[in-house]
Amino acid sequence: MKTLLFQTLSKKNRLLILGVGLVLVLVYLIPIWSISISAPQYPEGLGMQIWINKITGATPYDLKNINLLNHYIGMQEIVSESIPELLFMPYVLGYLIFGAFITEIYPKVGMAILGIINLLLVGLVGLSDFWRWEYNYGHNLNPEAPIIVEGMAYQPPLLGCKEMLNITACSYPSYGGLILGLSLVALVYILWDENRRKKSNVV
Amino acid sequence: MLKKSNLILVTLGITLMAFVPNCKKGAATATLASDAASRVYVAPGEKDEVYAFLSGGFSGQMSVYGIPSARLFKIIPVFSVFPENGYGFDEETKEMLKTTHGYVPWDDSHHVESSMTDGKQDGRWMFLNANNTPRLARIDLKSFETKEILEIPNTAGNHASPFATENTEYLMAATRFSVPVPQASVPIDSFSKGGFKGTVTMVKVDKNTGRLSIELQVLVPGFNYDLSHCGKKKSHDWCFFSSYNSEQAHKMLEVGASKKDKDFILAFNWVRAKECKDQGKAYNFGGEYVNNFHDENKPAVSTKLSGVKMLNPKDCPGMMYYMPTPKSPHGTDVDSTGEYIVGGGKLASVIPVHSFSKMMEVKDKKEHHSTEIEGIPVLKYESTLAGEVQKPCLGPLHTEFDGKGYAYTSCFVSSEVVKWKLGTWEVVQHLPAYYSVGHLSIVGGSSSEPYGKYLIAMNKITKDRYLPVGMELPQSAQLYDISSGKAELLSDFPTVGEPHYSQMIPAKLLMDKTAKLYPLEENKHPYATKNENEAKIVRLGSTVHIYMTAIRSHFKPDIIEARTGETLYFHVTNLEQDYDIPHGFAIGGAPNMTNLLIMPGETRTFKWVAPKPGVYPFYCTDFCSALHQEMQQYIRVSP
Ligand SMILES: [Cu+2]
Repeated sequence: MKTLLFQTLSKKNRLLILGVGLVLVLVYLIPIWSISISAPQYPEGLGMQIWINKITGATPYDLKNINLLNHYIGMQEIVSESIPELLFMPYVLGYLIFGAFITEIYPKVGMAILGIINLLLVGLVGLSDFWRWEYNYGHNLNPEAPIIVEGMAYQPPLLGCKEMLNITACSYPSYGGLILGLSLVALVYILWDENRRKKSNVV
Repeated sequence: MLKKSNLILVTLGITLMAFVPNCKKGAATATLASDAASRVYVAPGEKDEVYAFLSGGFSGQMSVYGIPSARLFKIIPVFSVFPENGYGFDEETKEMLKTTHGYVPWDDSHHVESSMTDGKQDGRWMFLNANNTPRLARIDLKSFETKEILEIPNTAGNHASPFATENTEYLMAATRFSVPVPQASVPIDSFSKGGFKGTVTMVKVDKNTGRLSIELQVLVPGFNYDLSHCGKKKSHDWCFFSSYNSEQAHKMLEVGASKKDKDFILAFNWVRAKECKDQGKAYNFGGEYVNNFHDENKPAVSTKLSGVKMLNPKDCPGMMYYMPTPKSPHGTDVDSTGEYIVGGGKLASVIPVHSFSKMMEVKDKKEHHSTEIEGIPVLKYESTLAGEVQKPCLGPLHTEFDGKGYAYTSCFVSSEVVKWKLGTWEVVQHLPAYYSVGHLSIVGGSSSEPYGKYLIAMNKITKDRYLPVGMELPQSAQLYDISSGKAELLSDFPTVGEPHYSQMIPAKLLMDKTAKLYPLEENKHPYATKNENEAKIVRLGSTVHIYMTAIRSHFKPDIIEARTGETLYFHVTNLEQDYDIPHGFAIGGAPNMTNLLIMPGETRTFKWVAPKPGVYPFYCTDFCSALHQEMQQYIRVSP
């Protein structure tokens, strides 16, 4: 095990890690997650996108319109400023990218494992935070809202689709989220590949 | 004398009837194709293939229909006030209806013209004429709103208008009623002594902004200039105007203007006219007119202008020629290739077709001139004639082209559409119309690239076609499929006002370009309120400005205090940025003002003078949301 941790990455795998680092930079430029909403009066749908540092509508006006719809049920307004996580998320991503480049200098399998742990941690903490955030928006409703449906909460799904009153909300990773997921897959592949290489070396 | 003329007409009619047995046969071919219903059926959720823009005749508006379903989508107010959305009433648009005669909130709108690039419809603007109080309007096809109205001076009855040149360089506008130019109180019988004049106006269209301006007027003999169409391709430099009453009769025109065997189509080289103007051959002439412009999210601005450049034909040789055309021509239409100029003689027994190339060949050869009228050479009829469609029908009026070598002519008297072949001049089909068809229109049929699938005939009378609704029946349009060898009647539909003429555009050219909202951040209205926190009431003496916002489902501020006699301006900004969510605004009992319909991101102003003390409700008139009924509040007026 110890030998695997300090095994130097193959040239191919080093390139792969470099690729992961570079591709992760894209996550600054594209949304990570997207929630889409459709309703009879919105046949074209409304969309909301979560980026590493902000929340936007799928079109320049969608977020405003989502908030307008939400005001009937007393949901607080969704604005990037009210989500402090978005302030430090860019640094977390920077840390991941930094890790990839450090690995180029110190190309050991252990670094790849560290990367896997980091990505898993970011993923798990991120998703649970996202869930908590959805829960708060969906449950902390203004008791003076124009529309109050007994026992109704409006928490969007973490993953997949859900019907709430006349609205169907779907929540899926966006391109940025896919990149994060694929990065994890790439690192796991590297680990598997290095492990296989170690065994074949031994033999 | 009078009786004799009538007799001649009647005889002519009977003779023609005898010569046109096809008319009867036409009625027999009217049997509806059994699947016609399915061909006009647009299933729920599906879209029509074509936009049809129909002028509203005496309604002064323009309406938008979907083809083939014939569903009415919208009425675009142009020259008449429109209580539905406050057009012509509110502070933003009332200037649009200003003229030198003051506020004229109605007109008679006949011809729709679409903007073109290289002779093809480009889907940027529609233009509409006002016949009664001479004006031209530009309608933007992004917002489907009237953006500009230009008054035409030194003219009366702006009928031969607004016909565009191939790249919409200019719109033509010619006199229907010749009058003393400049206006003066002269004996009416001086008409027959040449005391009345007509003008042809070249209205320049800015190619980027669409802004209209008068480039030049040409003073022409005092006939009635009726219709126009401009050339294409080789005839690019030319526009053709039909004229009647070359007799210059001034009473009982029915007879007096029908005496001569031939009136004229005026061929006008607008490129040459501009050249003469640039050479300084035009002179300064008077004439007051206004230009009204409604920029996005700003109040319309009405500008008074005076004076035009006027040109006399004799000072600009080569600019104008008269082509004799049988019996009071009405339509003058240029085919898609630009070669054939088809006349529609209201009283003619043939459809005369002039050849552009022949005209070019003979126009400056003296032996082909028969005479000259006020500096305009009159060419010999045979010299420019390409051919005549013999005994097509009674009362041929307008012709459009399918781009496949066929022309379709509407015939008022025999109430039918006649299909004939260009070049051989033979009639191939008679299609009955119900009843008394005026203009007809093919999708893109007046451009150089017809889409050639649908034709609509626009009828004046609909006796027996629909459920009777009192003395006045709706007017109607009839839809034909002309895509295959034999044209077929698909449906007919009642219309708003008189569907005088139309332009039809393939939907794919327009539907994706339509504006969905006015971006709030671009709202430059001086009284815009872009945020609820900025809503306020500002008092300036006895004038009160209310900076109000509207969003689902409330106004802010919502409680207003005023004193009797104060003037209140409700500047309402619709804060929505969502497609199809206008808000309305109306005050109970408000005189002189109807309603506001405020598009998303737009600001509109409702002027109200506080009446006697009391509490007055105001509310949103456009059903905007589940709580629309709650979108209401009060104004308290104290002594
Ligand atoms: Cu409303």
